[in-house]
Amino acid sequence: MSTYNAGYYDVVVVGAGHAGCEAALAAARMGSSTLLITLSMEGVALMACNPSIGGPAKAQLVREIDALGGEIGKVIDKANLQIRTINTGKGPAVQALRAQADKYEYQQTMLKTLLDEKNLHLLMAEVEEIIVDNYKVRGVITKTGAKFDCKAVVITSGTYLKGRIIVGDIAFDGGPGNQFPAVKLSDCLQELGFAMGRFKTGTPPRIDKKSVDFSKMIEQPGDNMDLRFSYMSGPNNRPQLSCWLTHSNPKTHAIVMDNLDRAPMYTGTIKGKGPRYCPAFEDKVVRFSDKDSHQLFVEPESRFTDEMYIQGMNTSLPEDVQIRVLHSIRGLENVRIMRTGYAIEYDYIYPSQLKLTLETKNIAGLFTAGQINGTSGYEEAAAQGLVAGINAALKIQEKEAFILKRSEAFIGVLIDDLLTGEIDEPYRLLTSRAEYRLLLRQDNADLRLTELGRQIGLVDDYRWQVYQDKKEILSREIKNLKNITYTPGQEFITDFLNRRNSAPIKDRTSLWTLLRRPEITVSHLVEEGIITTENPSILEQLNIQSKYEGYIKKQEEQVKRFEKMENKKLPQDINYDEIQSLSNESKQKLNQVRPTSIGQASRLFGVNPADINVLLIYLEKEKRK
Amino acid sequence: MLYDDIAAISTPPGEAGIAILRLSGSNVITKVNNIFKPYRKGVNLQEKPSFTMSLGWIMDEKNNMIDEVIISVMRSPRSYTGEDVVEINCHGGSLPARRCLEEALKTGIRLAEPGEFTKRAFLNGRLDLSQAEAVMELITSKTNKGLSLAVKQLSGKNSIIFNQLEDDLITVNAMVEASLDFPDDVGDLDVEEARNLINEILLKIDQLLIAGERADIYRQGINVAICGKPNVGKSSLLNALLRKDKAIVTDIPGTTRDVIEDYINVRGIPVKLMDTAGIRVTEDLVEKIGVEKSRQVIKDAELVIFILDIETGITAEDINIFSSIENLNIIILVNKEDIEEKRISEEELENIFAGFPIIRASVKEEVGLEELENTMENLVLTGKAKNHDMELMINLRQKNALLKAKGFLEDTIAVIDAAPLDCLGVDIWGALEAIGEITGKALKEDVIERIFRDFCIGK
Repeated sequence: MSTYNAGYYDVVVVGAGHAGCEAALAAARMGSSTLLITLSMEGVALMACNPSIGGPAKAQLVREIDALGGEIGKVIDKANLQIRTINTGKGPAVQALRAQADKYEYQQTMLKTLLDEKNLHLLMAEVEEIIVDNYKVRGVITKTGAKFDCKAVVITSGTYLKGRIIVGDIAFDGGPGNQFPAVKLSDCLQELGFAMGRFKTGTPPRIDKKSVDFSKMIEQPGDNMDLRFSYMSGPNNRPQLSCWLTHSNPKTHAIVMDNLDRAPMYTGTIKGKGPRYCPAFEDKVVRFSDKDSHQLFVEPESRFTDEMYIQGMNTSLPEDVQIRVLHSIRGLENVRIMRTGYAIEYDYIYPSQLKLTLETKNIAGLFTAGQINGTSGYEEAAAQGLVAGINAALKIQEKEAFILKRSEAFIGVLIDDLLTGEIDEPYRLLTSRAEYRLLLRQDNADLRLTELGRQIGLVDDYRWQVYQDKKEILSREIKNLKNITYTPGQEFITDFLNRRNSAPIKDRTSLWTLLRRPEITVSHLVEEGIITTENPSILEQLNIQSKYEGYIKKQEEQVKRFEKMENKKLPQDINYDEIQSLSNESKQKLNQVRPTSIGQASRLFGVNPADINVLLIYLEKEKRK
Repeated sequence: MLYDDIAAISTPPGEAGIAILRLSGSNVITKVNNIFKPYRKGVNLQEKPSFTMSLGWIMDEKNNMIDEVIISVMRSPRSYTGEDVVEINCHGGSLPARRCLEEALKTGIRLAEPGEFTKRAFLNGRLDLSQAEAVMELITSKTNKGLSLAVKQLSGKNSIIFNQLEDDLITVNAMVEASLDFPDDVGDLDVEEARNLINEILLKIDQLLIAGERADIYRQGINVAICGKPNVGKSSLLNALLRKDKAIVTDIPGTTRDVIEDYINVRGIPVKLMDTAGIRVTEDLVEKIGVEKSRQVIKDAELVIFILDIETGITAEDINIFSSIENLNIIILVNKEDIEEKRISEEELENIFAGFPIIRASVKEEVGLEELENTMENLVLTGKAKNHDMELMINLRQKNALLKAKGFLEDTIAVIDAAPLDCLGVDIWGALEAIGEITGKALKEDVIERIFRDFCIGK
C-alpha cells in the first residue's frame, strides 16, 4: 500500500469513544500535540448501549476523573435528562449519583470540547497499522495511506476490533450501531505479539415513545434536586424526564423458551464470554426459571428523538421473536421497534500485558484503554483513557509515571484488578472490589485527588483555588468543633441536647463527638451559629467525617498495613525461574505479570503467602549483593 | 525497619520441664512489661539491660497469676531477629506457655507466621547471605505445612460445619454487597434475614470453638486440685487415684508442705492431680509458703475436689476454706465413710453445699472412686459439645481467627439496625477475611460469584 507522510504529533489516540476522548484531552492539556482519530464523526463519545452515567462505583469514578481534570463529569452535567442519588439510605461510601444522558447532547457537548482544545486535532480515518521499531512506537498508518509519526499511541478501540453483530441467525461484521468494525488493527496487534481474547456483550431493542402506553407503567421521576457530578459545574436546573418501570411475565418467558433453538447464545453461534452482571434477557429467563417476572425500565435516550431504551432486555433473539416478546409486556402491547437488539462480539487484549500506566509491557509508547482491555462501561473506559493519556504525555516529557493506588482511588482498584485478576468476562467495577470503600467515596474525590491533578498539570488555577478554599474552611470547622467542649450541666449544652431529644453528657465532650449521635446533625449546629459555612459540600464532609469517624479510622489503619507491601518494589528484570523456593505455579504467574510491588504480587492468583516470604528474602539478598 | 510485634511458643509441643515463649518487635518489651509482675518490687523490663533475666509472674487482666516465669530481655540490634526480643521461660507442658501467649496476644501482639522469626533475622541482617536459600526453604516448608495441617485438621466431619460456616459467611457478604452494588435489581437488605444468618454463623463458630476446647481437654488435660483442711485425706486420695505412693502420708497435720502433682487418666482425659498443702494458719515459714502456693494452685485448677472428714464433722475451718473456693468448679468428697460415727448429716450437706455434686467415699477402702471419676468427666465436659463426632483440633491460630470473626459479627449484630449498610459491610467482610486466614483462601471473588448466582442481576 502506498503511504504518504501526513505529519507529526506527540500523541495519536485511536478511537474517540469515552476512553479516547479523555485520553486525547488529557494529553493535549498537558502540552502534547495530539491527534484523535475516529472511524466516524457520528461515533464520537457515542453511548452505544445504556445512555446512563454513574451508579455505585461508577459515580465514584466520574468524580475521580473530574477531580483529576477529566471531562466526563462536566459533559454529563450539561447533557442529562434525569439525575438522582441512589443508595441514599445505605451509607456514605455507596451513595452514588446516576444520570440518564441525552445521548445526542452528550456527543455534541463532548465533540465541541474536543474541537475547542487547542493542542488537539480530530480526524476521521481508520487506523490499520501501528508502526513499531525496535519495540518502540513510531507512528500509525490509516486505511487511506496517511502516515503519522508520533511518540506515543493510545488505542481506545472499544468493541470495534473485529466487531461482529449477531441477531438471531443473522450475523455480520460491524461495530456498535451498525458502524464499521476495525479489522486490520486487530491483526496488527496480534502480529505485534499481543495475546487476544474475544468477549461478547449485548444491547436491548430501542422502541418508539409514541407506541408505549405509559399509563400501565410505574413512573420513576428524577430527584429534582440540584445534583451535579463535576465539582466545577454550575447549578443543574435542567428539566427532569421520567423513566418508567414495567415487568415481564410468564407469557413473555414462554415465548423466550419456545424460541431458544433460534437464540444464538444457545445455538453456539456466540462464542465470546458475556458479562455476568449484564446477562441477556434469554439468559435470565433460563437461569432464573423460578422467577415469573423480571423488571424492565423504559428510559428516554434524548430530547431529540422518540427512541427509548429498555433496560433489562438486552438480547440477540431473532427480530421477530424480539417483537413478540415486547408485545407480551404490559404497556408495550403495541410497541414499535426503532432499533433491533443485538449481541456484539469483539477482540480484546489480555490486560496482564499492560503496566499500571496502561502502557504495554512489550512496546514502549503504546498504550491501550477502555473496552480493548476487557472492561465494560463508559466510566471504566473514561478512567482508563485519562490514565493512559496522562502517562503518554508524562512519558514524552520524561516525567515520573502517574499511578493511583488501590487505597487512593477506584481508578487504582480498576487498573490493578485488570493487571492482577483473572479477567474472564468483561470487567465491571463494583464497590465490593475496593478494600477501602469507606475512604473512596464520591463525596471526597476532590479531597483525595485534586492535588495529584495539580501536580500533573490538569487542574487549572480556578479549580485549584476552589479546592484550596474548601480544604481550608473544612479544616477550620473541624478544628473548631473539636475544640469546643462542654462539661455536664453547662447551660447551653443541657438546653441544646434537651431540645434535640438527646441524652445529657456524662463527661467533658466536644461538639465533634456529639455529632456521632444519630439525633444530632450538622444542620443543628448551623442553626446554633456554631458552624458558619453554608457550603453544602463542606457540610456534607463535616457530617460524614464526624458520623463515621470510627469506621473511617479502622480503614485508615488497614491502609497503612496495605501500603507497606505496596511500597516494597519488585524490579522488572527478575528471572523468577531462578528463585528455587517458589512454586512452579507462582513462577509462571510472576514471569507473566511481572508485578511492580510485593503487594501486587500477593494479589496474583496462585501466589501464596510462602511465595511472598520467599520474594521478601530474595529482595533482601539482592540488596546485600 | 519498623516491624509489628509477634509472638510464638518456640519450644516443641509436648511435656518438658520448661517451655519458651518468644516475642519480637519494636514494642514487645513495653507490652510484656504490662502483663508482668516482677518478683522484686520496682523491677521494670523497660529499664533492664540487654541479656538480663527477671523473675516474676505473667498476670491476666483481672490480676490473676497465669504462670511464674523468668523473662530474658535482648535488645535490638543484638538479638536473634535483630529487633527487641523477649523470651519468657514458662513452666513445662503446653498449657502454661499457651496461656502466657494468649495474654501476650491481648496486648496487641500478633501470632507469628511460620518461620517469621528466621525471616526477620535475615531481613534485619542477622543471618548472612549464604543462608538466604536455606531461609527461603524453611519458610516455604513451614508455611505449606501449616496450611496443609489446617486443611487436614478441618477435614472429615468437622469440615462440614466449617465449610457451612464459610459458605454462610459468603452468602451474607453477597447479600450485603448485592444490595450495595445492584440496588435496582436487589433492593434493600432484608435485615431480619441477615440477622438470623449471622446469628446462625455465630452459633457455628461457638460450636467449633467448644469442640476445639473439648479436644483441647483430651489433648492437654486439666488441672485438678485436691483441697481440704489438714489430715482430711488429701494425699491418700491422690495416692488412691494414682494407686502408688507418691505423697508422704502421715498422721501429723501439715506433712504436705508443697504442692505434689501427678498425672492420671480419667476416661481418656489426662488429669494433672495436685495435692495441695493443708490450708491453715501457721507460723512455720516453710509451711506458710506452701499454703500460699496451694491457694494459687487451687485458683488455677479447672476442677477442685474439696474433701470433708466425716469424723470431725463440718468445722469452721471447712467453712472458711469453702468460702474461698465456692466460685470454682467443685466436687465435695465426704471421706472416711467407713467410720461408724458419722458427724456429717445429709441435711447439713444439702444446706451448706447446695448445688454441688457430693460424693460419699472412703479413700482408704477405695469406695466411691469410680463415682468420683464419673463426676469429674461430666463436670469437665459440661457445656462442651457432647457430640462425640466433634473431635476437632483447633490450634491457636485457628482459634484466633474464629474469635476474630466472632468479634466482627458481634459488632455487626450490635449495630445492625443503626449503622448504614456500607459500614456494616466492613465488619461482615472482616469476618470472612478472618476465616480465609485459616485456609489461606482469598474469598473476595467467591462473594462476587455468589452475587451472580443468588441474585438475578442485569440491565
